[in-house]
Amino acid sequence: MNQPAAASPPRDAAPAIELKGICKAFGPVQANQDVSLSVEAGSIHGIVGENGAGKSTLMSILYGFYEADSGSIEVKGKPAAIEDSADAIGLGIGMVHQHFMLVPVFSVLENVMLGVEGGALLAPGKRRARKEIARIGEDYGLKLDPDELIENLPVGVRQRVEIVKALYRGAEILILDEPTGVLTPQEADALFDILRTLKERGETVILITHKLREIMAVTDRVSVMRGGKLVATRETAATNPAELAELMVGRKVLLQVDKQPREPAEVRLAAEGLTVVDGQGVERVKDVSFSVRAGEIVGVAGVSGNGQDFLLEALAGIRAPARGTISILDLQISPERPADPAEVRRHGAGHVPEDRHAMGLVMNYTAEHSLMLGYHRHPRFRRSWLLDAGAIRRHAARVLPEYDVRPAEPRLRSADFSGGNQQKIVLAREMDEHPQVLLVGQPTRGVDIGAIEAIHRRILALRLAGCAILLVSFELDEIMSLADRIIVMNAGEIVGTVAAEGADDHELGLMMAGIRPGEQKAA
Amino acid sequence: MMKVFGVFARAGAPKMPYWAQVTVIPLLNIFVALALAGCVVLLLGENPFKAMAVMLQGAFVYPGGLGFTLYYTTNLIFTGLCVAMAFHAMQFNIGGEGQAIIGGLGVALFLLFVGDSLPLIICLPLAVLAAAAAGGAWAFIPGYLYAKRGSHIVITTIMFNFIAAAVLQYLLVNVLIAPGQMSPQSVKFAERTHLPQIHELLALVGIETESTPLNISLFLALAAAVGFWFLIWRTSWGYALRTVGQSERAAVYAGIDPARMTVQAMAISGALAGMVGVNALMGDAHRILLGFATGYGFAGIGVALMGRNHPLGIVLAAALFGILTQGGSELNFEFRNITRDLVIVIQGLIILMVGALSLMLDPPVARLIALVSRRKEET
Amino acid sequence: MLKKTIALALAVSGAAYAQEFKPAVVFDLGGKFDKSFNEGVWNGVKRFSEETGIEVLEYEVSSEAERKQAIERMVKRRGATAVLGIGFGQADALAEIAAANPDVQFGIIDVNWLDGANIKQYGFQEHEGSYLVGVAAAKASKTGKAGFVGGMDIPLIRRFACGYAQGFKDAGGSEVYVNMTGDTAAAWNNPTRGGELAQSQFDRGADVVFAAAGGTGVGVLQAAKDKGKLAIGVDSNQNHLHPGTMLTSMLKRVDVAAYNFFKEAQSGRVEGAVHTLGLKDEGVGWAVDEHNEDMVASFRADIDKARDDIIAGRIEVNDYFVLEGCPSY
Repeated sequence: MNQPAAASPPRDAAPAIELKGICKAFGPVQANQDVSLSVEAGSIHGIVGENGAGKSTLMSILYGFYEADSGSIEVKGKPAAIEDSADAIGLGIGMVHQHFMLVPVFSVLENVMLGVEGGALLAPGKRRARKEIARIGEDYGLKLDPDELIENLPVGVRQRVEIVKALYRGAEILILDEPTGVLTPQEADALFDILRTLKERGETVILITHKLREIMAVTDRVSVMRGGKLVATRETAATNPAELAELMVGRKVLLQVDKQPREPAEVRLAAEGLTVVDGQGVERVKDVSFSVRAGEIVGVAGVSGNGQDFLLEALAGIRAPARGTISILDLQISPERPADPAEVRRHGAGHVPEDRHAMGLVMNYTAEHSLMLGYHRHPRFRRSWLLDAGAIRRHAARVLPEYDVRPAEPRLRSADFSGGNQQKIVLAREMDEHPQVLLVGQPTRGVDIGAIEAIHRRILALRLAGCAILLVSFELDEIMSLADRIIVMNAGEIVGTVAAEGADDHELGLMMAGIRPGEQKAA
Repeated sequence: MMKVFGVFARAGAPKMPYWAQVTVIPLLNIFVALALAGCVVLLLGENPFKAMAVMLQGAFVYPGGLGFTLYYTTNLIFTGLCVAMAFHAMQFNIGGEGQAIIGGLGVALFLLFVGDSLPLIICLPLAVLAAAAAGGAWAFIPGYLYAKRGSHIVITTIMFNFIAAAVLQYLLVNVLIAPGQMSPQSVKFAERTHLPQIHELLALVGIETESTPLNISLFLALAAAVGFWFLIWRTSWGYALRTVGQSERAAVYAGIDPARMTVQAMAISGALAGMVGVNALMGDAHRILLGFATGYGFAGIGVALMGRNHPLGIVLAAALFGILTQGGSELNFEFRNITRDLVIVIQGLIILMVGALSLMLDPPVARLIALVSRRKEET
Repeated sequence: MLKKTIALALAVSGAAYAQEFKPAVVFDLGGKFDKSFNEGVWNGVKRFSEETGIEVLEYEVSSEAERKQAIERMVKRRGATAVLGIGFGQADALAEIAAANPDVQFGIIDVNWLDGANIKQYGFQEHEGSYLVGVAAAKASKTGKAGFVGGMDIPLIRRFACGYAQGFKDAGGSEVYVNMTGDTAAAWNNPTRGGELAQSQFDRGADVVFAAAGGTGVGVLQAAKDKGKLAIGVDSNQNHLHPGTMLTSMLKRVDVAAYNFFKEAQSGRVEGAVHTLGLKDEGVGWAVDEHNEDMVASFRADIDKARDDIIAGRIEVNDYFVLEGCPSY
């Protein structure tokens, strides 16, 4: 089962990509170890694996960001030396990055032709690009208004611009890196349709993802990576999510969490008519009211950028409300009486922020120092006015293994942990204080499947212990499996609240797009 | 062989071990800067090796050379720490010069009008405190403007340099100028308030040395460096400050007010620069005069950059700049074709190498180290 | 041990060269090419070197702390026998070293208050020369208003301004606008700012401007030329810069002082004394040459009379140093 094996015999056409024995090391870390991969021309090939499994490194080698220490690359049957991304583009390889590489204040047309203007004067290149965009739109069903500014476009369309950009540069082999992270389920489905069209037109697509649902939905074949090695390649039709999950993690994984019933008790967190504005005075959260009881998980569903971040920040005391009130345990927050995060924390509320890189951790701090962020004035860490290095070390040495952070090394830099382990550090810090209320944003974004399971178990255990938990996530599956009730947000407003039990993801998807339950029938 | 060339090739270098970051890279940067400066000397028609020898002898061997080197070092430790303190809050304090001037004014006004009536045991610490308080207050204002109005600290501190120079000028020309004196300088401070100079102390134990401005402020500077280390790395205040500098969003999340921390860090930063007044005035000139702080504020930026904002690094970098200043003045003295501007060129080259171009050498060195350590493992 | 050897070597070399004349000059913070004061000295030094073939050791100090060190090095390490210090900033350092080295001759420019049998001090009566060009300005002005652009705001420059204003008013002028370029050494070399200041004085009605501002003066003189107004140069004769709009220049002969010091030192005449160089010694004065003789022809006699009156004590020119203030502006 652990043998790298070609799933089907080669057909008459040469494979689009043939990687043989690719090895790449960063210092002592073997990021890719003897990886051999064959991608059939005109197919959609999925690559799955946990963070740090080596997917990104492999694709970076293919796209010319890194040079392999050993091994060879063949593109369309010919040996290829890919030294930089220009070589890759020349060979017809295009890449759509997880974070879009677009200039927001440029038009679609200008973004597409950026870097391939074709001369000192812009006008002829623009004419050419305009024609070409129209043709690509025709051929692949990728319709775009070339004169619209990127900043005015929804995320799904921006992604389409990235794809057109790659095609404009003559890409025949398209690599997509975690493309659905920012999309609604509906937008993701639209993307899959595009991928299928591309395939029909003879393009080859490599899809990197950690979502097994997507692999099952759209790929022809799937390769699984683990620990820098390619552990299996399967015909998608001949496998199933459970097998893939097991291949990724190397052991059996429970995809469904086991949630015990718990009767909610008193209200511990409540918002009443809460309105939050951003720096420009734009209302990001509009007149929102809800409550969370002890022993209850309330999930906030919605597409990224619909006010969830502002809601969490207001509740955590980072942002003062513009109108309305918040009560967290015995702390009352209002525009007249704002609170600061330290105060919220003192009253017994933990906060796992959405953005663990910029907020939850200080990347340059060692784990032990990231573990005291927000608690640096806690007497536990101090000896009179000096920090108590010994106490800090002992605290880290206790909680790191307790929360299964690997490696449990207090002196390792936060940035050097994998995404899942970074998240566990944040959780360990916030949960070890036994909070009465826990605000959780995106607990499993960019986290391995194995770690997701552990994090979910931790959150549920806290619920069972009576904590009131507000969970913000862009992963509908996650909310549906963890929450007791689900609030759906769109454009800063609560579109509706539904009980998690018996909730339907299609209905939730429409609510996330802003269509209220009552209007759905009519629409 | 390919691999050896490969080290210069492209991005994605392996991580540099810490020891190399703090030893190999600075030394290499100095070496490259000196090599470039050597080329300039060659162009001027002098022998660079002879020039180097004169420079080192001037800084260490010639009578009084070491004293002057350490005197300059003292000033540079203060301004280097000043810049580094602000750096830890991710602010660029270019106002060391102005803060040093106002710090000097603080100590001078205190000694001229208050100090002499106090017992020495109270007077001396208060004088040091006056310098720190005045310099700190001068940096507090830009910090406060930043916190309240978002004024950019680079801009305000630069402007405050000019204001400080003008204030000193005005006071010296119109108020403090010694009677019957045509140059803008005050009367001397009372003899007993002068800080003991090192050659005086050595003379007490029977060692006769050249008279130099080096005084016990050097120990004050070293103590400040140790205090700096404790404050930044061993207190929760320092933890909060570093958090602000590393990630403002994380600081806000943790309930740390970045604006308040910035104001506090700026005040401490200014206080450190203000200590230049103690060294230059109380320790050497024994009066206040124009231009006693000239150049130290800006050299402090180079010192902090080179010292990577760590007090130990700053002390070493300050010593290096002190050697360059004193050795450079000997160069100017010994060679007709080498002017004092060349010393500024060398300092500029070093700042260029450690600041702007440090990334140029980092990746290839990191690869070389990785290569060597792998070879070692293989054999 | 090493120290002793060096000391011995120095002593020996000092003795060996005791008879040989070794001149040295230590410039002030501005540097020897400041287009003004230091450069004037440098010109005198050059003239001395060219005439006698004797090389003059030189050094430019770059910080306050260095002054004493620089002079000491000249004496102890180089065995200089005649050291000229430039600028009042070096007074204290020079006095201290002079006291410790009675065999060496010292000279200093712009200082007249030191004690010491081996220090020759050159002070200039800048206010006297300024008075004369003030009179010239009044005679040439049609509006009765004149401008003064100073360099760095220090008492010395105010002394220029004060004498100038007094001369201008004594000769019938009504108002003098006094502006200083700045408070730092940068004010000696900011021609753009100098031009702006002159411009604003013209806008207020002045039609003659006196620049006592080192390199900054270049911009002042240029502004006058551009506006067709009159300008007065300083230190050396700057009349040739813009013939037609250069009314005259107020001369301060630091080059002569420097040259004379080395000449006297070379001939071995040790004379510790204060030389106050005023109008009667021709240490200061006003410049008349082929570029401006037509312009000043009508009032040349008035100025010569004022000069004679000052020399004879019939006119007392206000000295800013003495009064520590100025009644004239």
